[in-house]
Amino acid sequence: MTYLPKPKLHHPGLQHNALGFTRRDYEGAISTLCAGCGHDSISAAIVRACFELDLPPHRIAKLSGIGCSSKTPTYFLGASHGFNSVHGRMPSVLTGANLANRDLIYLGVSGDGDSASIGIGQFAHAMRRGVNMVYIVENNGVYGLTKGQFSATSDKGATSKRGVVNSDEAIDMVGMALQLGATFVARSFSGDKGQLVPLIEAALRHEGAAFIDCISPCVAFNNHEGSTKSYDFVREHNEAVNYLDLIEGRPPITVDYAPGTVEVVQQHDGTWLRLRKLADDYDVHDRVAAMDHLQRRHAEGEIVTGLLYVDPDPRDLHHHMNTIATPLNALDDAALIPGAAALEKLNAGLR
Amino acid sequence: MQPTDIRDPEYFHKVVDCQWACPAHTPVPEYIRLIAARRYADAYMVNWQSNVFPGILGRTCDRPCEPACRRGRVEDAPVAICRLKRVAADYKGDIRARLPLPAAQHNGKTIALVGAGPASLTVARDLAPLGYRCVVFDGDSRGGGMIRSQIPHFRLPESVIDEEVGYIVDLGIEMRLGQRIDSLKSLLADGFDAVFIGSGAPRGRDLPLPGRQEAGENIHIGIDWLSSVSFGHIEKIGKRVIVLGGGNTAMDCCRSARRLGGEDVKVIVRSGFEEMKASPWEKEDALGEDIPILNWMVPKEFTHADGRLTGVVFETVQAERDANGRRRLVPTGEPDQHILCDDVLVAVGQENAFPWIERDAGLEFDRWDMPVVDQVTMGSTHPNVFFGGDAAFGPKNIIWAVAHGHQAAISIDKLCRGEDVRDRPPPMVTLASQKMGIHEWSYDNDITLDRRVAVPHTAKALALADITVEVELGYDDRLAFKEAERCLNCDVQTVFTDKLCIECDACVDICPVDCINFTANGDEAELRGRLMAPAANPTQALYVSGALKTARVMVKDEDVCLHCGLCAERCPTGAWDMQRFLYDMAQPGQHACHKR
Repeated sequence: MTYLPKPKLHHPGLQHNALGFTRRDYEGAISTLCAGCGHDSISAAIVRACFELDLPPHRIAKLSGIGCSSKTPTYFLGASHGFNSVHGRMPSVLTGANLANRDLIYLGVSGDGDSASIGIGQFAHAMRRGVNMVYIVENNGVYGLTKGQFSATSDKGATSKRGVVNSDEAIDMVGMALQLGATFVARSFSGDKGQLVPLIEAALRHEGAAFIDCISPCVAFNNHEGSTKSYDFVREHNEAVNYLDLIEGRPPITVDYAPGTVEVVQQHDGTWLRLRKLADDYDVHDRVAAMDHLQRRHAEGEIVTGLLYVDPDPRDLHHHMNTIATPLNALDDAALIPGAAALEKLNAGLR
Repeated sequence: MQPTDIRDPEYFHKVVDCQWACPAHTPVPEYIRLIAARRYADAYMVNWQSNVFPGILGRTCDRPCEPACRRGRVEDAPVAICRLKRVAADYKGDIRARLPLPAAQHNGKTIALVGAGPASLTVARDLAPLGYRCVVFDGDSRGGGMIRSQIPHFRLPESVIDEEVGYIVDLGIEMRLGQRIDSLKSLLADGFDAVFIGSGAPRGRDLPLPGRQEAGENIHIGIDWLSSVSFGHIEKIGKRVIVLGGGNTAMDCCRSARRLGGEDVKVIVRSGFEEMKASPWEKEDALGEDIPILNWMVPKEFTHADGRLTGVVFETVQAERDANGRRRLVPTGEPDQHILCDDVLVAVGQENAFPWIERDAGLEFDRWDMPVVDQVTMGSTHPNVFFGGDAAFGPKNIIWAVAHGHQAAISIDKLCRGEDVRDRPPPMVTLASQKMGIHEWSYDNDITLDRRVAVPHTAKALALADITVEVELGYDDRLAFKEAERCLNCDVQTVFTDKLCIECDACVDICPVDCINFTANGDEAELRGRLMAPAANPTQALYVSGALKTARVMVKDEDVCLHCGLCAERCPTGAWDMQRFLYDMAQPGQHACHKR
């Protein structure tokens, strides 16, 4: 961390996006996290993704719970809406916000404590309801703010900084998201922006529940030998199934790639995902096979990363509930207060 | 690319753009920090050690440091380095106790110095404290050379010259003023152990156009005229004055003329405004004193009647490139212009002149009839004769004269010790961490967004009324602090230790100017193109680490680094550190191993 704000001076060649903003315009306040925290890299990746997608900052809502990870929304998108909720309750606050105003882009930021312990029920139900959001878990496997106790995602057999061995089974959030019906599921690593930034971009463009489990080493308490969430361990055991590019406007060019190594997926909003496949037999559309592959590789001690599953034609909560397309704050009084006659009619229908 | 060798002193020296650009390599950020700390005397001594004339240069330097200043690449304007130097001189108080004492003992060697200008005085300052007897000869009645004779007093008060020339004379220099040397051979025959020639470029170029002879009474050579003004021999000029030439001498001429009765003063230049040799700020100052600058006009003839100058005829030209790409001025075909005037000042350049050096004195002269001088040692082809300042390679400026003087002093010292003058002493370099605590550095790394502070000026009416009234008032201490805070501390270097890096990207994410990258290695041209912010300025180095754990390398583009130290503050392992790099040019009598 640093006490000083990042100087406003920037590179003279800093690019502007279609809205006339620079990447720096998507930054937030200076981070107070520990120096070297993976979470800061994820914040930087979010900044880059939003800049590259030309997203208007005031149309994004960033919500979080409690924890190191949940502090981070202060450190990016300083001109966006923000809500720092009660511990573990980000998904329900976000669900409510989304129901009230479906026009905003929802970005939920949480951690392994916030989502896999106190908020695990909230996480599960947001996924199964198909809330249209990007749900990022900044997963470091420890409680950083309380000096590094194991969290629920810490692998069985991993050791703490002081040498204590974790005896509890880990919760696999990716596995849960797949099982619970998330329509976009990915895992990445804070130390690999080349993979992470396009994943965030694709998730932001996905019109359904998009979940990204992002392993994010805790430099202070979980970056030692014996940790399975350290920079070194993740780099050694990272088994990426693919890298992707998000392409807008027209179908991507694939001729530069050897046959069978690239796959193009069109998302519902018209954007194209060009998957550069590393594991050639991996199918991003097969949910059951994805779960199987994850479990098998996990048993081998490997960490599978990349876009693991995508439903190109997702259905979200609004679709299931057949809600009105207009945000509630844009409806006039007549629509919001239909009056006694309408109530009478409704009641009659239920008799 | 190979990993950068930061043990080479020139690598980080080059990162300190201002110091690198300065011919005397003055440690600029070092003294600017001292000014910000209001340690003006310390700041003055850093300057005095390096450039000998801080008060004079703080008013008159050509400031090659400022166009080089990194601040100018990240916002509008560079740090006002030159005028901060003046602040150190203005507020230093009495520093005489800090100056070296005259040598207690003569070392038996005597040096003759021809000309009492900045080059000779620098040599004398460097050598006299070591015990050399230095004898300075000059035809003028007072020391200072062109500093005294050619720079108008409204830019440089005499008191400043007296003070800084005095500091050197007080080292026990023998000043033989009013004694012009007219024979090198007889000087050599006088038994001096070495002769240094710092006699300047004293001959102003003339314009032999029709009418030059007839109207000669009112046509003056710029530098001679300035000198006469400076010494009080000339106090008036006609109401309508034309200054021919586009260099700094022309600017001094026109502004002096405005103060001596010139009401309608024009500068008329062959080239375009941008191509003029005068420094941009000097052109601005002239324009600010209601002196128009007319461009693309070549003088053809001086007109006269009854033996008096009446005006100058000009041909209008434009620049064209010939088949070889060379730029030529060709007439536009428009009718010539006849501009009426009472006096003309000719400031179209100056030349070296060595009528007093016999061609059989043992010095080789080149095909332009100039002495052959070594760029490094400042030695001529005669083992005991050295050159410096404008006398060495033609007209440059004061700071180059000082730089030459230092090198010549080293050579003369080596010669007198019987050492090889080609064996140059290394600079003295220190590189030390500035870390004081987790987020504390010994320097102020909070980058201010303040824009360049303008120097207050004397009211125009007052300034134009008296040629001795100094135009620039200089910064007061509050403005000086504000301006000093704009310095980016480019001498506090980002030092990277690859073995400590865990590749967490924290430095990449925090860097405000996107200069840090972790990427696959490649050759320089290819690497420059694919960095996060392409490194388009090839004059600035890439700092490349050894291979990291992922086989990538760290590549930092030094070009626009703010030296804010946030990379080091964010680094969890101390792989980045901010280390102050101090580079002092060697001077005679100092030995690198003495100072650690």
